[in-house]
Amino acid sequence: MNLSWMAWTWPTAGFFIFIALALITMTVWGIKAPQAPRVGILRIETTPGDRLFISLLGSAFICLAWLGMFGSPVYGALIVCCIYALGVFRWV
Amino acid sequence: MKTVNQKAWFLVLPVLLLVGFSAVIPLMTVVNYSVQDTFGNNVFYWVGLEWFEEILHSERMHNALGRQVIFTTVIMLIEIPLGIFISLHMPKKGVWASVCLVLIALPLLIPWNVVGTIWQIFGRIDIGLLGHSLNALGIDYNYVQNATAAWITIIIMDVWHWTSLVVLLCYAGLQAIPDAYYQAAKIDQASRWNVFRYIELPKMMGVLLIASLLRFMDSFMIYTEPFVLTGGGPGNVTTFLSIDLVKMAIGQFDLGPAAAFSLIYFLTILLISWVFYTIMTNIDKREGM
Repeated sequence: MNLSWMAWTWPTAGFFIFIALALITMTVWGIKAPQAPRVGILRIETTPGDRLFISLLGSAFICLAWLGMFGSPVYGALIVCCIYALGVFRWV
Repeated sequence: MKTVNQKAWFLVLPVLLLVGFSAVIPLMTVVNYSVQDTFGNNVFYWVGLEWFEEILHSERMHNALGRQVIFTTVIMLIEIPLGIFISLHMPKKGVWASVCLVLIALPLLIPWNVVGTIWQIFGRIDIGLLGHSLNALGIDYNYVQNATAAWITIIIMDVWHWTSLVVLLCYAGLQAIPDAYYQAAKIDQASRWNVFRYIELPKMMGVLLIASLLRFMDSFMIYTEPFVLTGGGPGNVTTFLSIDLVKMAIGQFDLGPAAAFSLIYFLTILLISWVFYTIMTNIDKREGM
């Protein structure tokens, strides 16, 4: 199958592999140690899947804000994203 | 002992495949395009996050976003209250209820480009009933040349097309309120406003949020109707995000910037829709308690 029309690059492939691995990890984690939904600082009920979604969506906006303010590279933004994701999983 | 069978998940497989082909693979391609440049012939050059930076600082994008936000805010501020008002005044039972429902639903059955064409002809100053009549009355109305006229026409067109959706959803919400609530309000001698404020509005909240979510998503992604009516003009005054995006991707063949634009656009809609969805499900849960 010719996939050249999709214009794959290693960084974008890596990005999607990361997302796929995150989803697989969350699924395995959910099966091994099922967690009940909880209410965190946002006062909304979240499952670990919801928290992953909030982390990824928030991270996208953190990277965009970083690009808008400081330009590339976005290594600093990635560090902020990791701290943000940890915060989301801990408190949201 | 309670046994849990997870085999039902296989029933979701066809949907997953369909979504994979129709949404995930195209989205992956857009992500790939957003970090590259191309001059055709399927040859791509890596540019990193340059297009994102360019789009984030692009005045053209800021203007289109500004117009889009104004458009969505205005139509929602008109359609939601108007939809509630009409639904409150529609007959609840009998033949007239059915007649009203059919009449109200009519605009929703018309394809989007036909709606654009109807209003394009309706507003024309030479042969259009609206345009010709307004000019005969001495009002300087020409949506092809005048920015205000173009905006007013597009907003009225959207209100004409989509208020029905809000009306139908609110009407369904109102019909679901048991008579006992109204009887209790009557015993308490509640005013019409209090009945609306403390019975009808809270009971309609769920459907109102769905209506707001649908109207937000649809209006934020609007393309066909304004494209047919004004083509984004006069100048660029009615060039909303989708119109600008198509101009960039297909008109100018700037696939990289257009892909970066699409992703920012997609993330914005995803964020706002998620906020709506979260509010909606939390209201449902609180009502379910």
